[in-house]
Amino acid sequence: MGKKQRKELLKVENLKTHFVIEEQKAKAVDGLDFYVFEGEFFGIVGESGSGKSVTALSILRLIPDPPGKISSGKIFFGDKDLLGLSWEDMRKIRGNEISMIFQEPMTSLNPVFTVGVQIMEPLIIHRDMDKREARAEAIKMLKKVGIPSPELRVDDYPHQFSGGMRQRAMIAMALCCNPSLLIADEPTTALDVTVQAQILELMTEIKNKRKESAIILITHDLAVIAETCDRVMVMYCGKIQEVASTVDLFENPLHPYTKGLMASIPSLAKKKKRLTTIPGNVPGILHFPPGCPFHTRCKYKMPVCEKVVPELLKVEKDHLVRCHLYNGEGKNR
Amino acid sequence: MREFKKRGLNLLEEKGKLIRGNGKEKENLLEVKDLKTYFPVFGGVFRKVIGYVKAVDGVSFSIDKGEVFGLVGETGCGKSTIGKTLVRILNPTFGDIFYYDKVELKSGKEQSVKIDISKLNRKELMPYRSKIQMIFQDPYSSLNPRFTVGDIIEEPLTVHRGKHKENKEIVKDLLKKVGMSEEHIYRYPHEFSGGQRQRIGIARALSTNPELIIADEPVSALDVSIQAQVINLMQDLQDEFRVTYIFISHDLSVVRHIAHRIAVMYLGFIMEMGPADKIHNNPLNPYTKVLLSAVPRGNPRKKAKKPPLRGEVPSSLHKPSGCPFHPRCPIAKDICKKEDPVFEEKERGVFVKCHFPGVF
Repeated sequence: MGKKQRKELLKVENLKTHFVIEEQKAKAVDGLDFYVFEGEFFGIVGESGSGKSVTALSILRLIPDPPGKISSGKIFFGDKDLLGLSWEDMRKIRGNEISMIFQEPMTSLNPVFTVGVQIMEPLIIHRDMDKREARAEAIKMLKKVGIPSPELRVDDYPHQFSGGMRQRAMIAMALCCNPSLLIADEPTTALDVTVQAQILELMTEIKNKRKESAIILITHDLAVIAETCDRVMVMYCGKIQEVASTVDLFENPLHPYTKGLMASIPSLAKKKKRLTTIPGNVPGILHFPPGCPFHTRCKYKMPVCEKVVPELLKVEKDHLVRCHLYNGEGKNR
Repeated sequence: MREFKKRGLNLLEEKGKLIRGNGKEKENLLEVKDLKTYFPVFGGVFRKVIGYVKAVDGVSFSIDKGEVFGLVGETGCGKSTIGKTLVRILNPTFGDIFYYDKVELKSGKEQSVKIDISKLNRKELMPYRSKIQMIFQDPYSSLNPRFTVGDIIEEPLTVHRGKHKENKEIVKDLLKKVGMSEEHIYRYPHEFSGGQRQRIGIARALSTNPELIIADEPVSALDVSIQAQVINLMQDLQDEFRVTYIFISHDLSVVRHIAHRIAVMYLGFIMEMGPADKIHNNPLNPYTKVLLSAVPRGNPRKKAKKPPLRGEVPSSLHKPSGCPFHPRCPIAKDICKKEDPVFEEKERGVFVKCHFPGVF
C-alpha cells in the first residue's frame, strides 16, 4: 500500500467463461473484474467449483472449447488484449511471458521425456536456443530451484523425482523463460507441510528477486495465502466476493462467507471447543442460486439477497466486497 | 449372535490365544505392542524377495476408552498402514494388537479379557470386525456406486446381525443422526456431494455400534467449510455413542483440534507421543518441532518460521542407520548416526524417540 501508482500488469474486465453441460449453461466464471500489479503476489482463494482454476485457464486461453467458451470480457496483459490475439500470437505468450504451474506435478509432467528435455523445450521454442545452450540453462534453473546435483538429475525421468522435486522441476520449467506473470494453481496441495513450506519459501524468494513480475497463487487454503500473498481475492460460485490486502482481509473480513471460512479453520495456536461452521453445501455449478449466490448459507440473509445480485462495493480503499450488508439495504438493519 | 460369540471364545480358549484379565484394569481399549508391518519387494528374474518396505517398524501405544488418538505424519510415514493393520485389512509381520473386551463365560458371568486380534483367523475375527470400524479418506471411491445409500449402511448390519426387519429402521435412524434425512435411503451415492458422502461413510461405520472407529484422513478430501461440519459431527457422535477414535491425518491443525493424545510418526516409527497440548506447546523431539513450525499460521503478520530442514522423507526401503531422522535433523550428533534411540517415557505421559529430547 505504501507504493502508489503501481503499474497494472494484468487487468481482467467482466470475464465470463461458460460451459455447456447437458444442454445447460454452467457459469463457471461469471463477470470477473480484477487487476494484478507488477511485483505483486496475488492470491485467489475459493472452494472447489468456485471458478478459480477456470479463471487461470481463461487467462491463458486454455479452456477446452467446446464445451467451454469465454463468452465475454477483456483480459489485458500489459497493453495486449489476450482475448483478441490470434492462436499463433497466444502461443508465443504461453510459457514465455505468462506461465503456469499446475496442481498435480505427476500428471502435468510428461513421463516419457526427461525432466531436462521438458525444461529445455520452452527455451528452444521461445528463446531460439540450441540444444547445448538450453541444456546449460536447464541445469542452471534446476540449481536455482534447489535440486541437488542438477548436472545428474537433468537426465532423470519424472518418476525418479519425489513429489516436492517434481514441483520444483515444474517451477523451473515455468520460470526458465523469465515470464512476467506466473500463475500457480494449487502448487502445494499435493505436498506435505514441510515440503509445502519449502516451495512457498522458494516462490516468495523468486518474487522478491524479480521486481517487475507478478505471481498469481490459486489455492483453497487461506493459511497458505496468509503466508505468501500481498492481496487476495475470495471467489464463490464464479463471482468475486471480496478483494482486499491480505492483512486487511485477515484482520477485518467483511463478507459473511469470508468470515465463515476463517472461523471454520481449526487453528494450531488456539484450541477451540467446537468449530464454527457454514451450514449447507457448496451449490452445484448448474444450480447456482439466484440473487446473492451465498444467500442459501448465509446467517445474515435478508429478503433482498434472494432476488438481487449485490454489486461489488468499494467499502474502503482497496477493500471491495459483494454483499447487501454494506450498501443501503444493510444499514436499515 | 451370543451363540457365535461363545463359539468364538471356546475356539480362543482351545488355542490359548485368550489372556484373562482381572477386570480391574484401567479402561484400556487397545494396546499395540511392537507392531511391524512389512511389504516384500520382489525383483530379479525369478521375482525373489529382494527387500522389505518397512512401513510400520516397531510401534507401541495404547488407547483408552472414549479418547481420540491422533496419528500424524508426512506421506509414507506409515500412519495409514497402522490403521489398516489394526482392522486386519493388512496382516502384521510382527507384534501384538491386544483388544480389551468383555465376554460372557459359559457360567453366564461377564469377564474382562484381553485378546490378541493380530493372531486370530478370519472366523475368530468376525466379532471384532464389527467392534472396530473404519472411515475412509475418499468419499467418492469408498461407496459402492451400484448400491443405494440404504443398502450401503445396511450391509454391515446384515453381515454381522443377519437380515432383520428392524435393520431398515436402524438405517433411517442413523441417517438422521448424521444429519441427513430418511428419504435419502433410496438414493445413490452419485447424487450427493462430498460432505454428504462422508456422512454416509460415517453412518456405515456406526451401523454395527462399534467401540473403536479408525478414521483415515476423513476430512482431507473435503472443502474447508464442509470439513468443519464433518469434524463437529464426529465429535457429537462420539459424545452420543461413546466411541473411541483413532484419527489419522496429515493436517496438524485438524488433529490438534480433535485429538486428546497425538502420536507423531516418521518412517514407520513413532517419534513422539503424548497429550495434544503438551506436544503442541512443548515438543521434545526435533522432528515434531520442525513439523509444527512448517504449518502455516493463517496470520499474515505472523508467518510460519522457515523450517531449518532440507530434503524430503527418505524411502522406507532404504532407511538411514541409527535414528531415522538424523539425515535431516538440525541437531544430529555422531551417536544419532550409529544408535537407534529408544522410544521411552521422558515426561509423564510423553514418550519420545530421541537421543537429545528437548535440546532443540
